[in-house]
Amino acid sequence: MKEKLHQIKLKYRGKKMAPAFNAIHTFLYSPNETTHSGSHVRSADDLKRTMNTVIMALVPCLLFGIFNAGYQHYSAINGFPAEFSLFEHFLTWENFWLGAITVLPIVIVSYGVGLAIEFIFAVIKGHEVEEGYLVTGMLVPLIVPVDTPLWMLAVAVAFGVVIGKEVFGGTGMNILNPALTIRAFLFFAYPTWMSGDKVWVHGAKEGVTQAGSADAISGETVLGYLAQGSTEFSYSLSDMFYGFIPGSVGETSTVLILLGGLFLVFSKIASWRIMLSAVIGSLAMGLIFNGIVAAEWIPEYSKFYGLMNFEYWQHLLVGGLAFGIVFMATDPVTGSQTNRGKWIYGFLIGFMSVMIRVFNPGYPEGVFLAILLMNVFAPTIDHYVVRGNIKRRMKRLKTATIHPKVTDGVEALKTETV
Amino acid sequence: MALLSKKDANLILDPLADNNPITIQVLGICSALAITAELKASLVMAISVIFVLGVGNVVISLMRNVIPSKIRIIVQLIVVATLVIIVDQVLKAFAYELSKTLSVFVGLIITNCIIMGRFEAFALGNGPWKSFLDGIGNALGYGVILIIVGFFRELFGSGTLFGIPVLGDPIAKTGLYATGYENNGFMIIPPAALIVVGIIIWVQRSRNKALIEEA
Repeated sequence: MKEKLHQIKLKYRGKKMAPAFNAIHTFLYSPNETTHSGSHVRSADDLKRTMNTVIMALVPCLLFGIFNAGYQHYSAINGFPAEFSLFEHFLTWENFWLGAITVLPIVIVSYGVGLAIEFIFAVIKGHEVEEGYLVTGMLVPLIVPVDTPLWMLAVAVAFGVVIGKEVFGGTGMNILNPALTIRAFLFFAYPTWMSGDKVWVHGAKEGVTQAGSADAISGETVLGYLAQGSTEFSYSLSDMFYGFIPGSVGETSTVLILLGGLFLVFSKIASWRIMLSAVIGSLAMGLIFNGIVAAEWIPEYSKFYGLMNFEYWQHLLVGGLAFGIVFMATDPVTGSQTNRGKWIYGFLIGFMSVMIRVFNPGYPEGVFLAILLMNVFAPTIDHYVVRGNIKRRMKRLKTATIHPKVTDGVEALKTETV
Repeated sequence: MALLSKKDANLILDPLADNNPITIQVLGICSALAITAELKASLVMAISVIFVLGVGNVVISLMRNVIPSKIRIIVQLIVVATLVIIVDQVLKAFAYELSKTLSVFVGLIITNCIIMGRFEAFALGNGPWKSFLDGIGNALGYGVILIIVGFFRELFGSGTLFGIPVLGDPIAKTGLYATGYENNGFMIIPPAALIVVGIIIWVQRSRNKALIEEA
């Protein structure tokens, strides 16, 4: 089988559709080609392996999202269980089935549209299909509300892949994270489907009613409640940590995100510096807001009071902050490259995420906006870090005393200092 | 084109495509971003600029031999300002609603780089007839892009063209909206114009490779 595919590949080399065939071929088998020029690095960590590792880290979030979609839907109709039991109320076939028929189409559309565009561009440009979309295609379903209409998603994916990535030259050349470009496009284009209390639970938009009443179900996110100045949500801290709360498909379960994050750190795929500094950044901003409330600088009727008063470390448990920090901020293409730059980049992401979250009047969330903003600034940060490094070394060179070797005379000293 | 010689015709036709002020010279972007959310506003803006640039070029060209070069910018500004005030007053008199939509951007025609650019680059060195054709041509090139951008932004952003609903009623859910289609709010905000202009530039340069600059 493997031999046969190689033969087919050789036969069709240089033909128009060759990149499309090669993409499927190399996805299944490792290519029998060597590098044509430059250094030859033998390593198992090629781009495809990297991408697959990230996808593996995302799978728990996706599975949880599927169950949670069902759980939130049925709980909204029948009321939340008083005595919550994981196996009785959450990991049920009923939840899984409902989640599967709502979430899997999103995954399929995301991959279908995105890969189709990648293939088209590869065929037009005549280069190999790049693996860049593998992770993006998985991230997109996890950061959108469960009831996002599929055609909107298709439009957004097309926009994100073409404008966010292909116009810059494809995988590895993009300035903005494509998944977040897609999310931002959806947010600005179709705000009624992306915010409010009707989009986070399946069926709420169509007006499915609660059992035994004529009220339509709704599901406000924790941040949504806080933005309205209400603290009367019924979600406990452990609900937030384990993720039994409404929200975008894959962002709710902080514990699984943490697990995925640790996996990425230990497999050295993602940068722990960015993750850590982003956490520190968000805590810092949260503390500042808590301090403002404690100092009574803002009155209780202020519309920012609810979110400012929110315990600083709990910001990490709700909304997309944890998900964004672990899976989006650490994107090696759009993030900072230098170690010192990573600290600055991550810190500002956390800092701004919480700031935008509190001050955004239309939608109490800001992680995707903060990361996109810092994506734009990442090259600038790197530039100054590199410049700073050069300056420091020049200074060191100037003040350095060069010891002449004992046997060498003045001549040798001259050549050394020149 | 018996009316114009080939050279004169090129003065009008060149800026429409291969020397377009917006997509090739990247001038006059600010107004292209600001007022293209509606097709009507785009059209009025285009007509205003055609008037200002056509007449302005002729005036500057007629005066070109008497303007001392040290104060030529001030003279040019006075000419543009006069013409823009005429346009502004006409709009206020006959299309008040529209002039409110365009608001400050009519006045800002004065600062439109295309106009000063053509005065400097062409009208100061050429006769009135040629300057007139050049002015009309460049303003048309500007207007064409404005109208293309306005068309897409209004169609996808509001589902209307010239204010007339063409895709059905979004509230009563008729026409295309019955299938679940919704207006794209992104197209209403100014950054969308930047992206539409960018796509036009992309399409234009991939059709004519000669336009691609050396990196």
